[in-house]
Amino acid sequence: MNEWLYVALFVFVGLLIPVGAIAAGFIFGPKKANPIKKSTYECGIEPVGEVWVQFKAQYYIFALVFLVFDVEAVFLFPWAVKLGQLGLYAVVEGILFITILIVGLVYTWRKGMLEWV
Amino acid sequence: MTQPTINDFHTILPMIVLSVWACLLLLVDLFIPKDRKGITALLAALGLILSLGFNLTRIGMESVGFSGMVVLDGFATFANVLLLLSGLFGVALAYGYVRRMGIERGEYYTLLLFSVCGMMLMAQAADLIIVFLALELLSIPLYVLAAFARGDMQSQEAGVKYFLLGAFATGFVVYGTALVFGATGTTSLGGIFAAASAGASTGSGNGLMFTIGAALILVGFGFKVAAVPFHMWTPDVYQGAPSAATAFMSSGAKVAGFVALLRVFSTSFPALASDMNGILWTLSALTMIVGNLIAIAQTNIKRMLAYSSIAHAGYILMAFVSYGNPQVASVSIASGMFYLMAYTLTNFGAWSVVVALEKAEGKGLEIADYAGVARKHPALAAAMAVFMLSFIGFPPTLGMVGKFYLFRAAIAGGYTGLALIGVLTSLVSAYYYLRVVVNMYMREGELVPEREPWLGFATALTAAATVALSLVPQWVFLLASTAVMK
Amino acid sequence: MIPLSWYLILAAGLFSIGLFGVLVRRNAVAILLGVELMLNAVNINLVSFWRYGDVLKMTGQVFAIIVFAVAAAEVAVGLALVISVYRSRNTVIADELDMMKW
Repeated sequence: MNEWLYVALFVFVGLLIPVGAIAAGFIFGPKKANPIKKSTYECGIEPVGEVWVQFKAQYYIFALVFLVFDVEAVFLFPWAVKLGQLGLYAVVEGILFITILIVGLVYTWRKGMLEWV
Repeated sequence: MTQPTINDFHTILPMIVLSVWACLLLLVDLFIPKDRKGITALLAALGLILSLGFNLTRIGMESVGFSGMVVLDGFATFANVLLLLSGLFGVALAYGYVRRMGIERGEYYTLLLFSVCGMMLMAQAADLIIVFLALELLSIPLYVLAAFARGDMQSQEAGVKYFLLGAFATGFVVYGTALVFGATGTTSLGGIFAAASAGASTGSGNGLMFTIGAALILVGFGFKVAAVPFHMWTPDVYQGAPSAATAFMSSGAKVAGFVALLRVFSTSFPALASDMNGILWTLSALTMIVGNLIAIAQTNIKRMLAYSSIAHAGYILMAFVSYGNPQVASVSIASGMFYLMAYTLTNFGAWSVVVALEKAEGKGLEIADYAGVARKHPALAAAMAVFMLSFIGFPPTLGMVGKFYLFRAAIAGGYTGLALIGVLTSLVSAYYYLRVVVNMYMREGELVPEREPWLGFATALTAAATVALSLVPQWVFLLASTAVMK
Repeated sequence: MIPLSWYLILAAGLFSIGLFGVLVRRNAVAILLGVELMLNAVNINLVSFWRYGDVLKMTGQVFAIIVFAVAAAEVAVGLALVISVYRSRNTVIADELDMMKW
C-alpha cells in the first residue's frame, strides 16, 4: 500500500504546483486588458483572418496516404526483430507484404497524387 | 512456429488467385486509356471466372490451413460459388451502367474484386481474427462503391452513412470478439467451443463475459445483414448508391454476413443456443414484419427493394433460430443456404431490371414510372414479373421452393409461430411486389429501357434460373445439404 | 499487480464514451472519433487479456495490431468520403445529410 501513498503524494504535489502558480498570478498580477493582450498569441506575429482557414485539399490526400503507409509499417517491426528465427518463408512473406504496399504506392503515383500542385 | 506448407495455400487458393488478380488489375488499369475501361471489366470478369474454376476443383475437398486460421469444406465451397457468381453478376450489371451514368472508372471493378475476396475469406474463416479481417476487407470497398458517383450528392450521402454505420457495427463485432477471447483464451472457432464445453467459461464471471461477447457479435452482424432493429442505414444506402453497386452489396454482403454468422454461431456458440433462441426468434419476426410493412409505403423502386431485402434477411434468420438443436440444425441451415441462393438470383434479376430502366439523374426510379413497360418490352416485363413472384414466394419460382424449405424446417424445429408470421408477411408482401407488375402490365407509359448485351444476358439468365431451378429444387437442396453436412 | 477487472472497466468506460459520441455527436468527423475510441477500448481489452492470460500465446497482441492497422485503413477511407461530401455540400454535419428520408 505504501507505493500508492507515493503516487497520491505525487498527484497532489503535481496538481498543487500549477494550481498555485495560476492562482498566485491571478491574485497578485495587475489586470489591464487590451485587445493585443487578449489575442491568442500575445507575442510574435499578429493573427490575421479567421481561425477556419482553408487548407489545400491536396494536404488531406497526402495525410491519408501517409496514414495508411505509416500504420502498415507496424507489421514490419516484429517481422524485422524475429527474422533470423523465422527463416526463408518469413523473408518471402515480408517481401510480398512490401510489394503489395509498393503496388499501392505506384497506384498513387500514377494517379498524380504525389505531385504537389 | 510451424512453417506453412503448400497445403495451407491450397486451402484458400481461389481467394489467393482473386486477390493477386485484383492487385495486378489495379496496376494494369493505370495503363488502360480512359475511354476503354470496358477492358478492365472484362479482365475483372476473367479473374472471377478463373477463381470460380479453381473453386470448382475444390468440391469435395476438406482441409484446414495456416494453423487453423482458415478452413476449406463443402460449406465454404458452396458459399464461394455463390459469392463469385454475385461478383460476376455485379460486373455484368455495372458494365454498361457506369458508362451510361458517366462514372466509369477502372477502380470500380478492382474494388468489387477486393470485396469478393473479403467475402470468400469470410466464408473460409475458422478464427475470429480472420472473421474480423474479412469483414473489413469486404466492407471497406463497399463503402467506396456506395459513394462511387462522385458528382451525385445522394451517392456521397449513401457512402458516408454506410461508412459510419458500418464502422460502428465493426466496433461491436471486435468488442464482442475481445470479450469472447478473454473468456476462453482463444480466438479459434473450434477452440472457443472446446473451452466453453470444458467449463472454462463458467467460473468467475467468465460465463457472463462469454454471453455478452456472443451477443455483441450478433449485434454487429445484425447491422451487416440489415436485420431489424439494426436496419436504419439500409434504405438510404441502397437508394443513394449507384444501382449496380447496390445490386452487388445487397446480395454479396448479405450472403457473406449470413455465412459468417452461421459458421461462428454453429461452431463456437452451441452452448449459448438456449439463450440465443429467443433473441434470434424476435429478431427474425421483427425483421419480417417491419421490413414488409414499411415496404408497402415506398414509391421509389430502389427503396422498395431495400426494405424487401430487409424482409428477406428476416426469412433467412428463421433458419438460424434452431442452430443449437442437433436434430434439425443441419436441415435448417441447408434450407437457409438454399434460400440465400434463391435470394441472390432473384435479387440480381430484379436489380438488373432496375438498372435497365434507370435514366440519368435518378429518373425512372419511381414505381409509377414502370407503367406500360410490358407493351413495348414484353420480355423485360415478364422477367420482372418472375422476380417479383419469386420474392413473394409464388410458384413456379425459386422463392416459393426456398420459403417452403424454410417454413418446413422452422416447423420441424418447433417454431410454428415463426413460420406462421413468415406466411402472413409473405401474403402482405404480395401487395407491394404485385403493384410493380400491375404498373407494368395495366398502365400506359413510355419508359424506354437501355439495351445492353451483358445486362440483358444477366436478366435472362437469372430469370431462367429462377424458374428452371424451381422445377428441380431437390438437386440444389441436395447440394446445399451435402455442403452443410460435415 | 492491478487486477484485470480494472482494465476491463477502463475499456468498457472508453467503449461507452465512444458509443455515446457516435450516438449524440452531429459532426461526421466527431462520430468517426467515437468509433475510434470504441476500437481503442477493444485494444485495451485484448492486450490486458493477453497479459493476464497465457503470455506465451501472442494472439491478443497480434489481434490488437491487426485491429489498429485495419482501423487506420478504415479511417483513411472514411475521411476521404467525408472530404468528398464537404467539397460538394460545405457541411460535415450528419443531420444535414438528409436528402433521403422515408
